[in-house]
Amino acid sequence: MSVASVKTVEKSEMHPAQSGKPAGPRKREKQGRLAFWLLLPAGLAVFGVIIYPIFRTLIISFFQVNSALATDTPFVGVDNYVHVLGSASFWESMGRTLYFTLLSTALELAFGLIVAGLLNAKLRARWLFRAVVVIPWAIPTIVNAAMWKGIFSAQYGALNALLTQLGIIKEYQAWLGDPTTALNMVVLADVWKTTPLVAFFLLAGLTSIPAELYEAAKLDRARWPRIFRSVVLPMLVPSISIVLVLRTVEAFKVFDIIYAMTRGGPVNGTQTVAYYAYTTAFSDQNFGVGSALSYIIVVVILALSAIYLRLLRRSEMSLL
Amino acid sequence: MASVTPQRVLITTPLRWIPDTFDFSRYGQIFNGGADSVGATFRAAMMNSAVVAVGTVSISMVVGILGAYAFARLRFRFRRATLMIFLATYMLPQIALLIPLYLILNSLGLLDTTTGLILVDCALVIPFVLWILSNYFMTIPDELEEAARIDGTTRLGALFWVVLPAARPGIFAAIMFSFLLAWDEFMYALIFTSSDAAKTLPVAISEFAGRYTTDFGLVAAGGILAALPPLIVAIIFQRYVVSGMAAGAVKG
Repeated sequence: MSVASVKTVEKSEMHPAQSGKPAGPRKREKQGRLAFWLLLPAGLAVFGVIIYPIFRTLIISFFQVNSALATDTPFVGVDNYVHVLGSASFWESMGRTLYFTLLSTALELAFGLIVAGLLNAKLRARWLFRAVVVIPWAIPTIVNAAMWKGIFSAQYGALNALLTQLGIIKEYQAWLGDPTTALNMVVLADVWKTTPLVAFFLLAGLTSIPAELYEAAKLDRARWPRIFRSVVLPMLVPSISIVLVLRTVEAFKVFDIIYAMTRGGPVNGTQTVAYYAYTTAFSDQNFGVGSALSYIIVVVILALSAIYLRLLRRSEMSLL
Repeated sequence: MASVTPQRVLITTPLRWIPDTFDFSRYGQIFNGGADSVGATFRAAMMNSAVVAVGTVSISMVVGILGAYAFARLRFRFRRATLMIFLATYMLPQIALLIPLYLILNSLGLLDTTTGLILVDCALVIPFVLWILSNYFMTIPDELEEAARIDGTTRLGALFWVVLPAARPGIFAAIMFSFLLAWDEFMYALIFTSSDAAKTLPVAISEFAGRYTTDFGLVAAGGILAALPPLIVAIIFQRYVVSGMAAGAVKG
C-alpha cells in the first residue's frame, strides 16, 4: 500500500456531495460565501498586520533613510541593493548563515530520527520518556541561550570544568571567544533546543506506518538496516520534507539565539544575515540598507522554499 | 542548578558540581524585591508574558478554528491558493516588517503595550494554527457532521458540537504550539517594548544576562521561572502532539 493509494481513498471520501448528488452551482456559491466570512477574521488578523509593512519596507529599501525621524530621504533607486551585494561583510554573513542552516538542520534531522526511533519503541515508561524529551524544546530560546552561555563560560563554565576534570583539556578555553568555535557552539545550542520538535514531527510520521509493513518485511527476512532503508525511510519522506522546509526557513531567519549568546561576535564570527540586517537598521540607523537586506533575505528564502516545494511535489507530497 | 548555588561556589575553580549549601536567596530577590529592583521588573515581565501568551492563543484559536473549518470542509474557489498564501507568510523574516510596524504601532499609541504585542504575535501564530487544524479537521469523517446537519443543526452548530469535540487532539496540539510560539517570541518584543508596562520575559532575561554577567545564578533563577509555564503546558499537552500531528499535519 502506498501513500498515493491512501490519498485516493481519502479524496473519494472527501467529496460525498459531489459524487452522490450533483452539487448545484448555487450550493457552491453559498459555501464560497460562508468560507469568505469564516476566513475573514484570520485574513484581517494576519494580512492586516503584514501587507502594509511589506510594501513600506520595499519602498524604504529604495531610499536613503539614515534615521527613524529623517525628513531628508533622497531616492537612491537600487543603490542600497548594489551596496549590500558589493559588501564583503554581507557575503561573509551569508556564508555563515548557510553554514549555520545546513549544519543545524542536518544535525537536527539525524538526532531527531534517532530520538523518534527511541520514542517509538514500546517501552513501559514511554509517556515519561516523551515528557523528558519535550523539555529542551519548551525552554524559551533566550533562557536556553543564557544557559549555554553559562556552560561555555571561559572562567566558570561547566564545559571547561568537565573537560579539565576528565583530563581532556589542560587549560580553560574561551569557547565563545574564537569566531569559528563560537558559531559551532551556537549551532550546538540550537540543535539541543530544536531536536525534540524535529523528533516529534518524525515520530508522528513513524506512528502512521502500518504494522503490517514491518511484519511483511520480517516475513521476507529483511534485517533492520534493510527495513529502515526500504520501509521506514520511504514512509517518512513526507514528514522529513516538512521538517526540512520548516527548519531551513527558521534557521535562515535565526536571530534570537545569536542575540542572546554572542550578539553576533566575536569579530562578527556568529553574525548571520538576519542579525546583520538588524544591526544595519537599528544600531547603524541605516534603515534603507537594512530594508534592502531584509528583502534579499526574503528572496533567498523564497528561492529555497521553491526548490523544496518542487522536491516535495516530486515525492507526491503536498501540504494538504 | 546554578540558581541555588551560592555565588562563592559558582566562581570557584575548579568547579564543584554539588554545592555545599543551597542558597534560595535569588528566588527571594525575585519574588520579594521592592519597586525598581530586579524582582519588580521580573514580576512585571512574567505578568506581561502571561497576558500576551494567553491573549494571542485565545484570539488565534478562535480565528484559526473558523478559518481551518473553511479550508477543511467547504469547497470554494482559490481554496488551495488562499491556504498557500497564509502559509507563505511564515517565510517572511520579522526583520522585513519591523520598521513600518514600529511606525504604525507608534501612531496608534500601541507601542510598549501588551495589546500591540498581541496584535503582531497573532499574525505569526494564526498561519500555524490554520495549518495544524485544517489538516486535522480533514481527518474527521464527514458522516458525523452530516448526521448532525440532517437533524437540523447549522454548519456552525455542527462545527461546535461535532467537529470540535472530535478534533480534541488537534486542538490541544495547536494550543501548545501557539502558546510556545507566543511565549518564545523575542524580536517584536525587543523592538516594540521598552518598559515594565509591556516588556516580556525573554526581553527581561536577555537584559538580566547582559547586566548581571557576574551573577550567573540570578540569571539561572530567572530562567527557570521563565521556563516553568511553557514546560508545564508542554508536559501536559505533549501526548496530544503526536496524535494531533500524526493524524493531521504529516498525512499526505
